[in-house]
Amino acid sequence: MAEIHINEVKKTFGKVVAVSNIELTIHDHEFMVLLGPSGCGKTTLLRCLAGLEDVDSGRIFINKEDITEYPPRSRHISMVFQSYAVFPHLNIFENIAFGLRMQHLPNSEIKKRVESSAEMLQIENLLDRYPAQISGGQRQRVAVARAITVQAEVLLMDEPLSNLDALLRLEMRAELKRLIKELQTTVVYVTHDQVEALGLGDRIAVMKNGNLLQVDAPLIIYDHPANAFIGGFIGNPPMNFLPAVIDDRGIHVEETTLTLDLLPKGFKRSGSTQNIKIGIRAENIKILPSSEKNALKGKILVVEPLGSTNLLTVIVGNERIKVNTHPDEIYLTGGEIWLQMASNKINWMDAETGNTLA
Amino acid sequence: MKRVFVKQSTPYLLILPSILFLMIFFAYPTVEAFSLSLRNQAGVWGWETFRTMVTDVAFWPALKTTLILTVIIIPVQFTLAMIMALVIQAKLKGAGFFLYIFSIPLAISELAAGIVWFAIFTNSGFLNTWLMQLGLISKPFIFLSYQYMGWLIFAVLMAEVWRSTAIVMVILVSGLQSIPKDYLEAADVFGASLWQKVSRLIVPLLRPSIQVALILRTIFSLQVFAVAMAIAGRAMSLLASESYRWYIAYRNTNVAAAYGALVLVLSILSSLIYISLLRTKPEQEMAV
Amino acid sequence: MKKAHVSRILGRTGTYAIAILLVMWVLLPIYLIAVMSFSTKAGVYIFPKPLFPKPVSAETFLFFINSTGVLKSTLNSVIVAVISMILAILVGAPAGYALARFVFRGSDLYRLAVISTRAFPSVILSIPLAVTFIQWGMYDSIFSLALVHTAINLPFTVLITSSVFAGVPKDLEEAAQTLGCNGATAFVRVTLPLALPGLAAATLFNFVGSWNEVFSSVILTVRNRTLPALIIASLNVSPLPYRFAGALFMMLPSLVFMLFIRRYLFNLWGRVLK
Repeated sequence: MAEIHINEVKKTFGKVVAVSNIELTIHDHEFMVLLGPSGCGKTTLLRCLAGLEDVDSGRIFINKEDITEYPPRSRHISMVFQSYAVFPHLNIFENIAFGLRMQHLPNSEIKKRVESSAEMLQIENLLDRYPAQISGGQRQRVAVARAITVQAEVLLMDEPLSNLDALLRLEMRAELKRLIKELQTTVVYVTHDQVEALGLGDRIAVMKNGNLLQVDAPLIIYDHPANAFIGGFIGNPPMNFLPAVIDDRGIHVEETTLTLDLLPKGFKRSGSTQNIKIGIRAENIKILPSSEKNALKGKILVVEPLGSTNLLTVIVGNERIKVNTHPDEIYLTGGEIWLQMASNKINWMDAETGNTLA
Repeated sequence: MKRVFVKQSTPYLLILPSILFLMIFFAYPTVEAFSLSLRNQAGVWGWETFRTMVTDVAFWPALKTTLILTVIIIPVQFTLAMIMALVIQAKLKGAGFFLYIFSIPLAISELAAGIVWFAIFTNSGFLNTWLMQLGLISKPFIFLSYQYMGWLIFAVLMAEVWRSTAIVMVILVSGLQSIPKDYLEAADVFGASLWQKVSRLIVPLLRPSIQVALILRTIFSLQVFAVAMAIAGRAMSLLASESYRWYIAYRNTNVAAAYGALVLVLSILSSLIYISLLRTKPEQEMAV
Repeated sequence: MKKAHVSRILGRTGTYAIAILLVMWVLLPIYLIAVMSFSTKAGVYIFPKPLFPKPVSAETFLFFINSTGVLKSTLNSVIVAVISMILAILVGAPAGYALARFVFRGSDLYRLAVISTRAFPSVILSIPLAVTFIQWGMYDSIFSLALVHTAINLPFTVLITSSVFAGVPKDLEEAAQTLGCNGATAFVRVTLPLALPGLAAATLFNFVGSWNEVFSSVILTVRNRTLPALIIASLNVSPLPYRFAGALFMMLPSLVFMLFIRRYLFNLWGRVLK
């Protein structure tokens, strides 16, 4: 239950800049996901928040208190590690109780809170076992129970689901979301899995190479990514990109010219010809039986029947894009089709920088 | 940034006591030893001490015997250790028991080992007993006398091999265990015989371990002392025992130190030789 | 198929045979000295030597124990070994922890220095130390000897404890720190319990090493000898029963120690050598 303010935080390891002047505010009760590919600095940022790494410059505030110099134990945080870090020499009860024992709480209080946490994570029957005797999934629950028992103001989680097998991961994700909602704690959650980010976060902070690229609610990031990288990183299949040229005659995409009224209101044109990238998601492309206004011509290369959709790979000019269709619609390889993009779902990006223009 | 300073100085504080110990008990005595060897008993600088050491009648025998022991013991020990290590690796039932037994000599002192083998080789000892019982000799053979240097060396060798092969074996076994099983299984699939597996696969992959074992073994071998004292008494001169003799009997700390310096120089030389001879090219090492 | 099967069996039998032979090779000399130690004094001298004492007697052993200076030097050996093993851990374990957990400038140099001390035999160290100790009035003292033994055991202790601590995952300490521990508390409550078996093994190793150490012991002590120093100094005059029983007596702690240590042996060595 706390607001976190990260102020111009920078962290380098030798010559490598891991976190580069990050400015981020996380609201009280918010579930903030730090998302990005390996090496983007998300884990480093989390560890700076935890106090496990020292920042090179910048300040960190929790509830307006400057905790930048504080050791981890003085920061009102608790953490779930990727490896769980469950203490092998203590039984499950003592593991969960560890933080409380450090606070020298009376035994009766400890017992109450440990059992309550264990119940929340459905491991109350494992309390007298040792970590070596339980499964990885159970150990993960112990790690979460241990972290929530101390009732810290901020809960930090470093890829807690990544070591679970796929099915378990799905289950735990939903359970985690329900649990956090119940506890109302402020959570900072690191992951490289964009599905997890979309499913769990109130807001997602997308990072790359130590920089913050976009901080928004999941659906906004999904529909209106700030640049092509984010569009390509989020969503499965990733966003399609088509190079295009805007001039006074229209928007030229491969062999087709689209009309200029497709451009959104307020789109600022620069120069007489402008190289752009069009970003459009697979599910926002409609297949037309014949040519219509602003339709692209394509040829079907591959049909993948995935059960919930048919995923088509379509060649448009020199480009290949993915199109999602209803599973009951039948399309054949080699067929020629016309594609229409939903106009409010088109992302217009600069060809060079990839940044969204409107 | 006070916390950062405390964090940064912590490792140095932690290693400080050990550095003090190393300075006082290793660096200082080494310097002192060389200083003592370069002075005579009156404290005057010069080569007199070295001359005394080198011209002493026991010097060349001591040097020779020490080197002979070192040179012979190494191939014998390595072969024996390799056999032991392979036996352990075969993971037969009772491998743990074998391991325990093979490792026992690790904890046995030079002196005890020497006395044990003395009991075997001495005139009224077990070896003579069995040789007579087998009818090979008619009266006890005097193995341990200065007349038969060869037998003396043999006896000391036996004792040393018995006692310290375990150290080499431990090093080889740890090295062996870090060789992924897949390599050996692949060799099996491609039809390698035991000898081929050992010579073409295991030995090359064990090079770092062998290097370590060789260096350690040679260094220890140059310091052989109590074993020889127990078995041969004064009949065998070794570098370490000469150092002892000059200190205790002749009260000449300078010559005693000179012998110590000689042992150190030989140890360093041999280590350097091994390191350069057995240098593994990084690209040939196993990807860990 | 059959031929391969046969050669497999031969291989196993052959290996077993070699293993048994090696076991006998290791155990036989120990057995023989035990035979000697439990014979009568006269039995030690007889020829040919029997493979079993007739009669079994404690005479030789008691003769040894009751000989001048034996009990006292045994006590000295124990004191020296205990002091040096405690000191070695107290000085060496922090250094091992520093090497395992911290990346600091000079750590490689330090590690190299520690490793290279193996090349320094006690032969070269003892004489100058003897001179120094005499100058400082520390000569012939078991406490001074304990210091020397500590120094001799120190490099090994640093390397072993370093690998033991490295074997405890760092994130366990970090987790403890997020739960209310500072660095020292996290070490005591999490790292130490998990490192304890390895540390105990290293300590026992040091005890045995000190108990067995002979060269510096005999140089640095005159009247307050340790057991090996006592025995070796009298080798040319001591009677056979004394020597044989002495050898067995010296080996006893080592044999007991090996019983406890074997489980940790290869873990320790394997990690140090990497």
